[in-house]
Amino acid sequence: MQDQDYTLREMMAIMAAREIRDGDIVFAGTGISMLAATAAKNINAPNSVIFFETGAIDSLVEELPLAVADPRVMYHTASNAGLLEAFATMQNRITGDKVIAVLGAAQIDRYGNLNTTAIGDYHRPRIRFSGSGGGCDVASFVPRCIAFMQHEKRKFVNRLDYLTSPGRLSGGDARMVAGLRPGGVSVVITNMAVMRMDAESGELFLDRFYPGITPDTILENMQFSVDISHAREAVPPTAEELKTLREKCDPQRLIL
Amino acid sequence: MSSQPNTKVMPLGAAVARFMKDGAHISIGGFTLNRNPMAAVYEVIRQGFKRLHVYAHSNGTGVDELIGAGCVEKLEVAYAGNGKTAATCIRFRKAVQDGTLQVEDYSNFMMSLRFLAGAMGVPFMPTLSGLGSDIITTWGFPPQMRQADPKLADDKLVVIDNPFGNWADASKVLLVPAINPDVTFIHVQKADTMGTCRIDGLTFADVEQAKASRAVVVTCEELVAPDELRDHSERNQIPFLHVSAVCHLPYGGYPTAVYRHYDYDAAYLRAYAEAAKDDAAFDTFQKKHLYGVKNHRAFLDLMGQERLDAIRADPRTGYAVNMKRG
Repeated sequence: MQDQDYTLREMMAIMAAREIRDGDIVFAGTGISMLAATAAKNINAPNSVIFFETGAIDSLVEELPLAVADPRVMYHTASNAGLLEAFATMQNRITGDKVIAVLGAAQIDRYGNLNTTAIGDYHRPRIRFSGSGGGCDVASFVPRCIAFMQHEKRKFVNRLDYLTSPGRLSGGDARMVAGLRPGGVSVVITNMAVMRMDAESGELFLDRFYPGITPDTILENMQFSVDISHAREAVPPTAEELKTLREKCDPQRLIL
Repeated sequence: MSSQPNTKVMPLGAAVARFMKDGAHISIGGFTLNRNPMAAVYEVIRQGFKRLHVYAHSNGTGVDELIGAGCVEKLEVAYAGNGKTAATCIRFRKAVQDGTLQVEDYSNFMMSLRFLAGAMGVPFMPTLSGLGSDIITTWGFPPQMRQADPKLADDKLVVIDNPFGNWADASKVLLVPAINPDVTFIHVQKADTMGTCRIDGLTFADVEQAKASRAVVVTCEELVAPDELRDHSERNQIPFLHVSAVCHLPYGGYPTAVYRHYDYDAAYLRAYAEAAKDDAAFDTFQKKHLYGVKNHRAFLDLMGQERLDAIRADPRTGYAVNMKRG
């Protein structure tokens, strides 16, 4: 691997930030997803709106929140409401279609379905996780979702132990047949690569691999295989992007 | 103030004793590390109520304390984490993996809608969330248990064809059953002696939870006379009609945050999560902070004024600016 002046976390945050377009309504969680949202706002999407499932809309995030209910999300908002209003904003097509969400998961499959609930038998799990939170709702409602994942075989699985948040279900038109609107995971950002959802087949394909990482290495770290024929090397974070990320977005080094 | 008519003011211990019982179905307000009714949660634990059925969206701090104390038999929940202080609540995880807690999973919107249905007096609410997910098909509570218990709907969730055809571009809808808890505990910034509440910052689902409940116990930072909240009453969210008891408890949300009053105690939440990983360490931790103090005031005294000063909210932002959180 060549010498890098950035970390993989920084790479992931910037790759996600670049997905956010000016004017987007960004549904943010905590951790690296929050960092991506603030980076986008400071770099490439100054008119993006950060909002939280707890009901805070257009927060002025001066310090990174440690939870979506952190009082730091309540400062200088357009409105401080509640859960019902936040989810209604996404279920409502008029506003929901402008939302891009950032999610994480313990497992993902080739169709972009996510598991944040349990590993093993649901009733007596080997590892229990937090559960859906708002993840299932968001994945059901909004057209674009970024999934942050660590690229590991046990996380990119042939079959989820539990389907918490719907992606393309079994692929093709399965999502529509189930009654869901178009949406779910549209891009997956990992510590190695960026994968995107093929609109037609409803399956992920490799879009970008990070400098120093080959498509073969990426496939070796997944249980299922994806189309790598369109893959190109990703453009690493620029000096300007890194400076903003480090100095403006996370000066307290809470996430980075 | 106790000489006024219609007062619902009482000590927290008396309110908990009066409205709680073993096996009660309860919910608590707040969200993860914010505005959980912690004084009330600790009092419920100290009074030793067991076999509780808890309805939660994302009330991480309080729910994990109740589970850790062995008070909870069944939990209906959307998110059992506590933000960056615990990606999954530790005692919750342990209880589920050990098979000592029965869990039914929903999403945050589903749980919020369920409280709303309860508050509105309708049997269910519709949503387009979750179609095709295992949340619908995998049940934590078996059908026999649901049928045998009059306080549980026979079905976890129901999917139907849109009865209005394809109106609003939806072919199917998910129906989520109403919740009407026996008791809900919430902590608010300001309440009057009759129970009217004024919440600053996000309300989460407190309003729907309170309005869905048969009994509501409110703890508050500031207790005022009713006239004070009749001014700018558009800022009040819960009128007194819904409230059963009001308890004046400054720092009643500690160690969670209360907007414009104080921040969360990040060090305490992390220490709790660390101790929770080990049964013996957890036992020691809870003996000191929970069972070893007689009430919330004594817990605050144990933590010390310096700690409370460090989390005091800055008047501009409503939280403790530059507080050490890492």
